Amino acid sequence: MNPVPPPTESPQHSQARPPAGGLSKNRRAEYWRRNLRLLSVLLAIWAAVSFGCGVLLHNWLDQWKLLGSGFPLGFWFAQQGSMLVFIGIVFYYARKMNRLDREFGVEED
Amino acid sequence: MDVQAWTFTLVALSFALYIGVAVWSRAGSTSEFYVAGGGVPPLANGMATAADWMSAASFISMAGAISFLGYDGSVYLMGWTGGYVLLALLLAPYLRKFGKFTIPDFVGDRYESSTARIVAVVCAIFVSFTYVSGQMQGVGIVLSRFLEVNTTTGVIIGMGIVFFYAVLGGMKGITYTQVAQYCVLIFAYLVPAIFLSIQMVDTPLPQFGLGGTLADGTPLLEKLNGLHQDLGFASYTDGSKTMTDVLFITAALMVGTAGLPHVIVRFYTVPKVRDARKSVGWALIFIALLYTAAPAVAAFSRTNLLMTVSNQPYKEMPEWFSKWESTGLLKFEDHNQDGLIQYVGAGSALENELTVHKDIMVLANPEIAGLPGWVVGLVAAGGLAAALSTAAGLLLVVSTAVSHDLLKRSFRPSISEKGELLAARISAGVAVCIAGWFGIHPPGFVAEVVAFAFGLAASSFFPVLVMGIFSTRMNRVGAISGMVCGIVFTAGYILWFKFLHPELSNPEHWWWGISPEGIGTLGMLLNFFVAGAVHQLAPPPSPAIQQLVEDIRVPKGSGPAHEIEL
Repeated sequence: MNPVPPPTESPQHSQARPPAGGLSKNRRAEYWRRNLRLLSVLLAIWAAVSFGCGVLLHNWLDQWKLLGSGFPLGFWFAQQGSMLVFIGIVFYYARKMNRLDREFGVEED
Repeated sequence: MDVQAWTFTLVALSFALYIGVAVWSRAGSTSEFYVAGGGVPPLANGMATAADWMSAASFISMAGAISFLGYDGSVYLMGWTGGYVLLALLLAPYLRKFGKFTIPDFVGDRYESSTARIVAVVCAIFVSFTYVSGQMQGVGIVLSRFLEVNTTTGVIIGMGIVFFYAVLGGMKGITYTQVAQYCVLIFAYLVPAIFLSIQMVDTPLPQFGLGGTLADGTPLLEKLNGLHQDLGFASYTDGSKTMTDVLFITAALMVGTAGLPHVIVRFYTVPKVRDARKSVGWALIFIALLYTAAPAVAAFSRTNLLMTVSNQPYKEMPEWFSKWESTGLLKFEDHNQDGLIQYVGAGSALENELTVHKDIMVLANPEIAGLPGWVVGLVAAGGLAAALSTAAGLLLVVSTAVSHDLLKRSFRPSISEKGELLAARISAGVAVCIAGWFGIHPPGFVAEVVAFAFGLAASSFFPVLVMGIFSTRMNRVGAISGMVCGIVFTAGYILWFKFLHPELSNPEHWWWGISPEGIGTLGMLLNFFVAGAVHQLAPPPSPAIQQLVEDIRVPKGSGPAHEIEL
């Protein structure tokens, strides 16, 4: 996967068609870089709660209970906790991206 | 009223509701038929997606499976929800901006290849039929058990209902019936769960009840682990699968979920890119409402079952026991002739005498817990809502694939809007009949084939879509070779272990201990790797396509879903 648009696009072509969303090439690259940075952080959290806490660290985390309830912590992450974090990730991304769209003036009317 | 009368009334009422909604929201154009005119509000789309996604398997089988698998059942909980994160971050907004009707549309246009389009169509149809036969079977089980009609009649009734609103209403009709079906199914799932939670741990919310404490002061999960240890079952909170296998199955289910055509197409139906982003979040909340309750239902029913049957005299079993025995889903054989039920695991010195089918757990729960008759009826209506909503979504994918991807985009581009709509309706009708036939004559390998559906979605669609969006350099040669390698590898592995040599399907023979259910993850990695290597050898795609990729990355200018000439 190539995060940065490759410079294969010919200059004539960029003139022939307006750039995406009316942004200059640099601004467009900057918008995409910011998006990818946010994506990577959120996907790291996604993997950490599910594959990390829910699977790899599950036995180790089970020595603790969740906030005085009867849940062994690792088991809780695997059966409920990871889902709650997933919901948080999706809404956070939606909010951040909507803000980023406005900052770059590429939001829909 | 007795249980039968309650069931009949509630099921009939829910069916009348679906038909009413369908008549109110008929489709008039291809755009309404395929993507509900692209005008579904994000919250409603979230509900419809949740109903679309939660099938008979989620409603009837999942909690039961978890109650037998314990910790290992987490693969379904994390796998079937984690995929929505991938969908929200990597696919939904961009595909919405792209603004066509189907996955094959995207694959065909992005890679400028009708071969790729047709491969995608075939995969979409295969995946959908695999799934839909399970749904129709679910309809048959519920109707035959609760209304005591035979399975064939049950399936035909179900077909009639789906035919009515899928064929008439298309995506628009389906969307609004799915909203109604979500309400029915979540209510039906949570009511008995709440009753059970109050009964067992004195907490109204089942989500918290799972971590609650029983009347005798022991935490529920500790009690369950204790019972499991005494009876020789694997510890409930630890499970028995290897860590590698849990990891690979979870990942395959996540990626597979994000690649399933009937889920992806739902995000073409919202008005804007920002609605697509938010809509995934709503869908996930509505799904999590059931998915966080499911492990609680699993633990409650497991405890209830063990305490009711273990070492008790067979003659004193309650009424539900003999009722389910007559369906063959519950079997007791008194090996040591002592008249008591020995229900034990592999770690026990005694011989196990009871076999319990996982589908019983949710359906029989209200009866095992002695809940009122209307709750039993409600569960039947909920199971039907789950099965019918998913079946309708899948049938729509099949009909769109035939009328749009095959006829309009591949073989008969000159077809008129009216002709295409008629073709869509006819193929939806034919698909309903085929699905019904599978429901009445269920192939014995449904469970095996589901692994296939996820494996294929994970190893073909997901990488091709992600690379199409995130790389402007990815070209036809790379995408096709990646797809072919991913599919051949995954399908080969599953065929070998599930169909050709099922006797070899154990951790000793699996590669790196990965079961066929989890092999899609490896197939996906292979797809990414091959595509990444091969695409370097061919020139980049045309400037028009690179411009297209640049365009879908920014939300501005997304029109309604429609035909764009490239």
